[in-house]
Amino acid sequence: MEWEVVIGLEIHAQLATRSKIFSGASTAYGAAPNTQACAVDLGLPGVLPVLNREAVRMAVKFGLAIDAQITPRSVFARKNYFYPDLPKGYQISQFELPVVGVGQLEIQVEGKAPRVIGVTRAHLEEDAGKSLHEDFHGSTGIDLNRAGTPLLEIVSEPDLRSAKEAVAYMKKVHSLVQYLEICDGNMQEGSFRCDANVSVRPMGQAALGTRSEIKNLNSFRFVERAINIEVERQIDLIEGGGKVVQETRLYDSDKDETRSMRSKEEAFDYRYFPDPDLLPLEIDEAYIEAVRQSLPELPDARKGRFIAELGLGEYEAGVLTASRELADYFEEAVKVAGDDARRTANWVMGDLLGALNRVGKEIAESPVSAELLGGMLRRINDNTISGKIAKQVFECMWNGEGDADTIIEQKGLKQVTDSGAIEKIIDEIIASNPGQVEQYRAGKEKLFGFFVGQVMKATQGKANPAQVNELLKQKLAG
Amino acid sequence: MSVDQTDITKVALLARLEIDEADVPQYVDNLSNILALVEQMNEVDTDRVVPMAHPLDAAQRLRPDEVTEVDQRDRFQALAPQVEAGLYLVPKVIE
Repeated sequence: MEWEVVIGLEIHAQLATRSKIFSGASTAYGAAPNTQACAVDLGLPGVLPVLNREAVRMAVKFGLAIDAQITPRSVFARKNYFYPDLPKGYQISQFELPVVGVGQLEIQVEGKAPRVIGVTRAHLEEDAGKSLHEDFHGSTGIDLNRAGTPLLEIVSEPDLRSAKEAVAYMKKVHSLVQYLEICDGNMQEGSFRCDANVSVRPMGQAALGTRSEIKNLNSFRFVERAINIEVERQIDLIEGGGKVVQETRLYDSDKDETRSMRSKEEAFDYRYFPDPDLLPLEIDEAYIEAVRQSLPELPDARKGRFIAELGLGEYEAGVLTASRELADYFEEAVKVAGDDARRTANWVMGDLLGALNRVGKEIAESPVSAELLGGMLRRINDNTISGKIAKQVFECMWNGEGDADTIIEQKGLKQVTDSGAIEKIIDEIIASNPGQVEQYRAGKEKLFGFFVGQVMKATQGKANPAQVNELLKQKLAG
Repeated sequence: MSVDQTDITKVALLARLEIDEADVPQYVDNLSNILALVEQMNEVDTDRVVPMAHPLDAAQRLRPDEVTEVDQRDRFQALAPQVEAGLYLVPKVIE
């Protein structure tokens, strides 16, 4: 039987505020345990949560970026469950009236047509603390520094049809929150993570199959693998005569399997109700308009501009706008290079990203700045060096030997464009290789490459390749 | 709508309330009465009434995004039954 995969994602993005969502405690990562957990975060008696203005602004920014309705009057609710890293016995969240309503995002899997994915809602809530299960004499250690950190939970419609689409959607949201500067996107530190609701149904069936929820996926790779493994498990189960149970599962990356979290089963009844400690959040049109004016150029618009104004292809523009840092780098390099944005795109996507990849570095940590790369490309564009020599210059810049002009000067890499000089070399080569010349003239045209190689060898790669080709053709024609 | 003994036991468990088995029938009656009252209120036509999220007719006040709290861990942890290495210790919870 042919199966259709149905996936919905719940993404948790930690908002990049300085203080917590309902208290004045710091949200800085990595502090000593419980030094950033104040009376409000600990849920001590008599405290009152007060909402962080910046968290609201960030949520509205996100809503506007996905064309969503901003709820004029949204409500905070208590989600009740007991767990030691949730000291109040409830998490303050939003339920019936989230701050961001229905919106949408366009995604594209390589080689496929773009698809619009629905976003059901996005709501504000507080994060819980951390449980440390290492050995504390049979006890669990609780660090509440993270408790009360603002989260935006972004819930998609069950519109995703493969693990690849789920990853494309997650990457899209990841890039968007960074463009908007509302989340640092750091997945290792847990600033951006997701739960995946996964089900399968026979192709063509309208009703959804029973879903399972895979919790706490904190890398793109894990999302893809966990979903594929869960899909396989569900299909095997159904084809073997079994039934999928609605449950929460954990992905174990070491064993590459998902397993049931039975302990969570009973806690499913969250008994949401409006939090009496918090009044409704009112957002008026003027405020929304002001936030709209403050939005930066978003990835899709930037991609469109790269295609229309810089002449990039769809794919290149997509890669280069995937993160704001990369797009900024590229634009800066183009500006310095002067012209030929496509050449700049090729260098950034090929040599630069390749080199960064090999050493496991991000674009922000690149030893070759946008200005350095642009400066080198300017020298290709004005024919000072050839593309081939540029590889050597790039490597020198990568190793910190200065800018392109210095390197070209010091190493004598300037391209030979004096056609008289090139002609002289060609004449010499023709004179000393009569056999090859004869064969070439008799029709063995692939020998042309041999002559090019000889010229390049004689000029240490510095002859202008276009000129060499042209002159060689003339001379060999006899 | 009314509740039965199973509902009472379940709600008590979810709320981590210890209740006396002998009191369960009384809770069943009390809670059923409350639900009956709610049912009665359901008969009122509220189609054009905006649901009230809070008894006060006011909007949430917002605070600026500033760190105003200082570290008071030692004072808070003095209240805790067990602490170690800055962590609050609780009976082992395993996933």
